[in-house]
Amino acid sequence: MRLECVVNGEPRDVAGVRESESLLQVLRERMKLPGAKNACEQGECGSCSVFLDGKLVCSCLVLAGQAEGAEIVTIEGLADGDALSPLQEAFIETGAVQCGFCTPGFILAAHDLLQRQPSPSDAEIREALAGNLCRCTGYAKIIEAVRVAADRMTT
Amino acid sequence: MKPARFEYRRVATVDEAIEHLSEVGDEAKVLAGGQSLVPLLGFRLARPRMLVDITRVEGLRYMRRDGEALRIGALTVHRAVETMRSSLADGHRILAEAARWVGHYPIRTRGTFGGSIAHADPASEWCMLAVALDAVVTAQGPGGKRDIPAGELFQGFFTTVLAPDELIIEVRFPRVWEHAAIEEFARRKGDFALVAATVALDLEDGRCRDARIVLGGVDEVPLRLLEAERALTGAVCSTPLFEEIGDLASAAISPVSDIHADAEHRRELAAVVVRRALGRAVGGGPDGDSRPVEGSSR
Ligand SMILES: Cc1cc2nc3c(=O)[nH]c(=O)nc-3n(C[C@H](O)[C@H](O)[C@H](O)COP(=O)(O)OP(=O)(O)OC[C@H]3O[C@@H](n4cnc5c(N)ncnc54)[C@H](O)[C@@H]3O)c2cc1C
Ligand code: FES
Ligand code: FES
Repeated sequence: MRLECVVNGEPRDVAGVRESESLLQVLRERMKLPGAKNACEQGECGSCSVFLDGKLVCSCLVLAGQAEGAEIVTIEGLADGDALSPLQEAFIETGAVQCGFCTPGFILAAHDLLQRQPSPSDAEIREALAGNLCRCTGYAKIIEAVRVAADRMTT
Repeated sequence: MKPARFEYRRVATVDEAIEHLSEVGDEAKVLAGGQSLVPLLGFRLARPRMLVDITRVEGLRYMRRDGEALRIGALTVHRAVETMRSSLADGHRILAEAARWVGHYPIRTRGTFGGSIAHADPASEWCMLAVALDAVVTAQGPGGKRDIPAGELFQGFFTTVLAPDELIIEVRFPRVWEHAAIEEFARRKGDFALVAATVALDLEDGRCRDARIVLGGVDEVPLRLLEAERALTGAVCSTPLFEEIGDLASAAISPVSDIHADAEHRRELAAVVVRRALGRAVGGGPDGDSRPVEGSSR
């Protein structure tokens, strides 16, 4: 199967994709974009999160064929050249990154939240990140990072 | 965790989907949001020969008012129900409220209403609401369309009366319920409920004229509690009465014990969620801002 889509603003055309592959597999293994992580493959952990036509989805639960013609944004597409996004900066500053495995998913989920709600309450941050698992940080620093980024982006 | 091979067909119309399904029979499967089916493929609990992807079918993604009725197109995603505008939600607010209990955010941006109903998980919010609120499911097959009352749709765990070549097109909630509420208990936000309850009441001067009480997650299908409904009907609402109804709910079920909770715990939870749902239902209807709090039922 052939898959045509736009990833991080760049048109991509991949041949030889198997029908049974997920969007996550295509991104990681065929497009060499390892930012989205492969962990549970069942929608439980959020480490594979990407934007599909503007919506935050678990790319492990999107079949390759379902991404035909779609616009996809992965963590690799968030920074502007070498300039990290405010969320990326805030994650580093606050120590919200330890092993980093969960980080792309958390940052994209937080990015989505801040687009919907520029000044979220702690409860809103927790709810928006409820689909993401982190085994290292204990979440407190992650929530702090989102708070810091939100403050900076609104002032 | 990789699916076995299958053929993949992306269709543009309902007729095209039905054509493929009739041709291949029960070795074909409909693919909608994929939020239940893709994990099943990965575990190889489902091994279809062909997947018929209906996500590009036009005209199945809508919510519409039709007098009192609210009609929901099969491909409407959970998130759209969660954020429906108030003119649509009027008298159906419980649907928007219940959506917040369906998985977590990225599941809701993709999972569909029709997919949930077809998947027939007994703990699914939409299945429970459909049974509680007398929803009618419209299915289309090679012979045309037919309406199936939700109460007759579910046959057992993940099993419906739908034929392999039938598609769910629409789910219709025929009437408004001003006093309806959903309550759940799950260990983590976004998990399927250990026990969930939906109640809907028709009230006149504090007296209950008509009642629906349905539990999710305690049996093979969403379970309507007829005895408890009868005990409510005609009675004046009060806290002691609601406690009694909760106890009836608890006595009416024979839940299983598993790693998530034992039967006794589930029976206890049934009484609690029913009592809370009744309390909230008479408190002026579900209030839009009371939302699930992590790890507890509010
Ligand atoms: C981590 C996680 C947590 C979840 N938590 C919850 C929860 O708390 N509550 C809840 O209710 N759900 C939950 N879900 C399931 C989710 O709601 C799914 O979206 C839903 O069960 C199926 O909808 P879908 O569109 O994704 O269908 P798919 O996965 O595409 O299909 C599911 C089944 O329905 C069939 N089907 C789909 N559409 C149709 C149609 N129109 N006509 C006929 N057959 C059809 C398919 O063939 C398949 O058998 C969760 C899922 C995940 C991954
Ligand atoms: S890998 Fe997709 S949600 Fe865990
Ligand atoms: S930083 Fe290691 S899993 Fe989150």
